[in-house]
Amino acid sequence: MTLEILTPERKLYSGEVYGVQLPGISGLFEVLDRHAAMVSALGKGNMKILMDNKNNTESYSIQGGFVEVLNNKVTVLVEGAKEA
Amino acid sequence: MAGQLKEVRNRIKSVQSTQQITKAMKMVSAAKLRRAQDAITQMRPYAQKLQEMLSNIVSNSEGDTNIALAAERPVEKVLLIVITSDRGLAGAYNANIVKAAKQAVADNYSAQHAKKNITIWSIGKKGYEAMQRAGYSTDASYKDIFLNLTFENVQAAAQAAVKAYENKEFDRVELVYSQFKNAATQAFVVEQFLPIPKVQKQAGAKKADFIYEPAKDQLIAELMPKILNTQLYKAVLDANASEHGARMTAMDKASENANELLKTLKISYNRARQAAITTELTEIVSGAAALQG
Repeated sequence: MTLEILTPERKLYSGEVYGVQLPGISGLFEVLDRHAAMVSALGKGNMKILMDNKNNTESYSIQGGFVEVLNNKVTVLVEGAKEA
Repeated sequence: MAGQLKEVRNRIKSVQSTQQITKAMKMVSAAKLRRAQDAITQMRPYAQKLQEMLSNIVSNSEGDTNIALAAERPVEKVLLIVITSDRGLAGAYNANIVKAAKQAVADNYSAQHAKKNITIWSIGKKGYEAMQRAGYSTDASYKDIFLNLTFENVQAAAQAAVKAYENKEFDRVELVYSQFKNAATQAFVVEQFLPIPKVQKQAGAKKADFIYEPAKDQLIAELMPKILNTQLYKAVLDANASEHGARMTAMDKASENANELLKTLKISYNRARQAAITTELTEIVSGAAALQG
């Protein structure tokens, strides 16, 4: 699936990934390949990009934001993302 | 004669050094302008996606959506957020924004102004000074955003405005700033910030069976403040680019004018020099003639 992470200041990430873990408002969840269409609000917490299925990850701490999943394309909009 | 010569020479020198400054300022502004434009392009995808999400949700839900921040109420108290620059020497840039703000008050809110119910939040020092001089009640809390232009700082200002609106300290919030068109032209606009203009349903929106987490209404309530943050951020970035654009054009004009001035000064310098030489020659020739006679 394609992942795109956007902040107001720049494009943080763009590319093919295995999955992504996100801090939803009501709890942590994970989006993997071919996830159903979804719009969700994110809370404060850690966002983890799963680069492949061999535990290669990249983490960011975020203050909040939104995620949209549509046609195997995941767009994450975050404010105040810092590399963790 | 020699005195006049020296005077012109000094003026030429002073004009040249002024021209050097204006040329340097023009180049600095050009570099800053490019960076400011970059920042606008960087934030555009985020802003577009956010707007798209909102119109998607609104279009996919039946009936009218209830948005607290979009409720119109009688306008008693008005907040104007006026975005100017911290520094001058940018042509009529700051003066035009202040003029636009005063015009907006005169056109739409003269009744509220008479009752002293208009508050100005200034972003940028120049506007703050001008509005204060004009006798408006001003608040300087967010004056210095341009000293450190980050999303967090702008967000704080936007959230403070939303909070004041929710607490009914203001019934309407407007932005006065300059939209960036290109380096030479700015559009001075007054834009409604709160209440939020109604979101139109779009016929061509993506119809997909979205899972909403949390429910739509709550999602919209979460989205709205973020959209306001980006709206103010965009305005501030636009104003920043406009400022540098305006300064660049102003300094370009100034350098050009200095060139013109130098041209006329050089002509009068040469004329004075020629006159001095001629007088000297005449003196020598007549002196020699007197000796021979």
